Amino acid sequence: MHTHTLTELAAGLRAGKFSSVELVRAHLARIEASQPVLNAFISIAAEQALAAAAAADRDLAAGRGGPLAGVPIAHKDLFCTAGMRTSCGSRMLDNFVSPYDATVVAKLKSAGAITLGKLNMDEFAMGSSNETSHYGPVRNPWNTDYVPGGSSGGSAAAVAARLVPAATATDTGGSIRQPAALCGITGIKPTYGRVSRYGMIAFASSLDQGGVLARSAQDAALMLREMAGFDPRDSTSVDTPVPDYVAALDAPLAGVRIGIIREFLDQGLDPENERRIREALSLLERLGASLREVSLPNLPLSVPVYYVVAPAECSSNLARYDGVRFGHRCQDPRDLQDLYRRSRGEGFGAEVKRRIMTGTYVLSAGYYDAYYLKAQRVRQLIAADFRRAFEEVDVLAGPTTPTAAFPLGAKTADPITMYLNDIYTIGANLAGLPALSAPCGFVHGLPVGLQLVGPHFAEARILNVAHRYQRETDWHLRTPERFA
Amino acid sequence: MSLTRAQIESIAHLARLELEPAEVPLYQESLSRILALVGELERADTGGVAPMAHPLPGLTQRLRPDAVTEEDRHELYQACAPQVAAGLYLVPKVIE
Repeated sequence: MHTHTLTELAAGLRAGKFSSVELVRAHLARIEASQPVLNAFISIAAEQALAAAAAADRDLAAGRGGPLAGVPIAHKDLFCTAGMRTSCGSRMLDNFVSPYDATVVAKLKSAGAITLGKLNMDEFAMGSSNETSHYGPVRNPWNTDYVPGGSSGGSAAAVAARLVPAATATDTGGSIRQPAALCGITGIKPTYGRVSRYGMIAFASSLDQGGVLARSAQDAALMLREMAGFDPRDSTSVDTPVPDYVAALDAPLAGVRIGIIREFLDQGLDPENERRIREALSLLERLGASLREVSLPNLPLSVPVYYVVAPAECSSNLARYDGVRFGHRCQDPRDLQDLYRRSRGEGFGAEVKRRIMTGTYVLSAGYYDAYYLKAQRVRQLIAADFRRAFEEVDVLAGPTTPTAAFPLGAKTADPITMYLNDIYTIGANLAGLPALSAPCGFVHGLPVGLQLVGPHFAEARILNVAHRYQRETDWHLRTPERFA
Repeated sequence: MSLTRAQIESIAHLARLELEPAEVPLYQESLSRILALVGELERADTGGVAPMAHPLPGLTQRLRPDAVTEEDRHELYQACAPQVAAGLYLVPKVIE
């Protein structure tokens, strides 16, 4: 049953080809078997899932149930789930059981999806290799000596290894698209404000956006249709109707103007990776799209802008972990200062501390203008580059990552080398744009991804381009041998 | 630029983070390198450019009516607290 896509599973359940209980049992067994190898899950909710599956079967038999009735999924352990631990990959929240559901969790639940558990991730979503998790690294199903990417590494590995047909994820600087590329699956980060951030543990609030990791653009469209929409509980949620992403998938590509981002095809991009991207672009051209090169001159400054803005917002957001209302508290604090300092010193890992301190520094007296305001101005220039590009083209395209996956431990010693993994993905976060990664081939046996970026709220268009591409290719159907 | 040991200790104090003495030189090195990376921003001409605080142009933060919408669920919310008594969060004594 694990070989079916989410779309096929939803239809199969409705047609009575199998029951939700059967489906959930089969996927739980795969998860259990994979844990010692992949470590994709932090928590597995077998009993709750089986009870929900039995209820879904009753709904289905009665002709009720939402579009995802009985379909097993899993959530990145950053989405709050009532009655189920939400750790955010951190010792700080190792004991945290959320009293409420995130809006995304509640919406998927009401669409009928069954939560099998919570997925491993970089601590507080800060990382590009899933090696900063308090619960140990996740391994890439294509080669278990390699990283799956991050921060949504557990979500990506779980979908790639067919442990779940789809999973939720979040993207602050590339955390959906980069692991999607490295694990050979499809991942979409929607427009800022498209998916509610209520109950999503905050990292950098002007950049964070929830989205989907799935096998195909079609499955991602089905998930996103259920997740997106206005939420009065998130003050940054945008009150714009959600189009039917599934209905828009098949539109022909004739007349679609695709811009190839020149700045993404210069130094740093692996030549083999570039070849796969160019092959994918030629196929899109054969399908009727027109290609032209476009320049976004300020885009190379995305990484420096990000490493001011994201740590600044992170240092502010993570100030809430004070050992008082929830989360880790140190033993026998001498006084209140000691309680704060030791609870935070013990609860946070090295990368999270590094980002909090970077943010504290760039926001501190005397440095605010030079770093924070300067970064916000350059962010404006980058957003303007995208606006200008979208006057000429409908979709921007390029690689998702400079290289395929790298071995575990290869980049942990040097944070800067790790940060540069996100060189092609950060721009879309800074400008709040929707972007996806779709598998477009392999380099030395490891998958690589094609990135598509659209104007604000053009999720339907980029999913459409990816779907038309996937109708002609089978990269997204390839499964790691060990998990076939 | 290179950050000194004292600067790292001061940042850690502002951030209320206890660091092991051995951690300090590691953060000295990595934060200095991050600031060098960030220093590339200097080459961008940002004269007359307004700082961008919100990723969607023209959108401002919505406000809601000033009305009570939540019910009292403090017992549920305090169930995950490290230490509570009589509905209060307990912390070490602040005033001697």
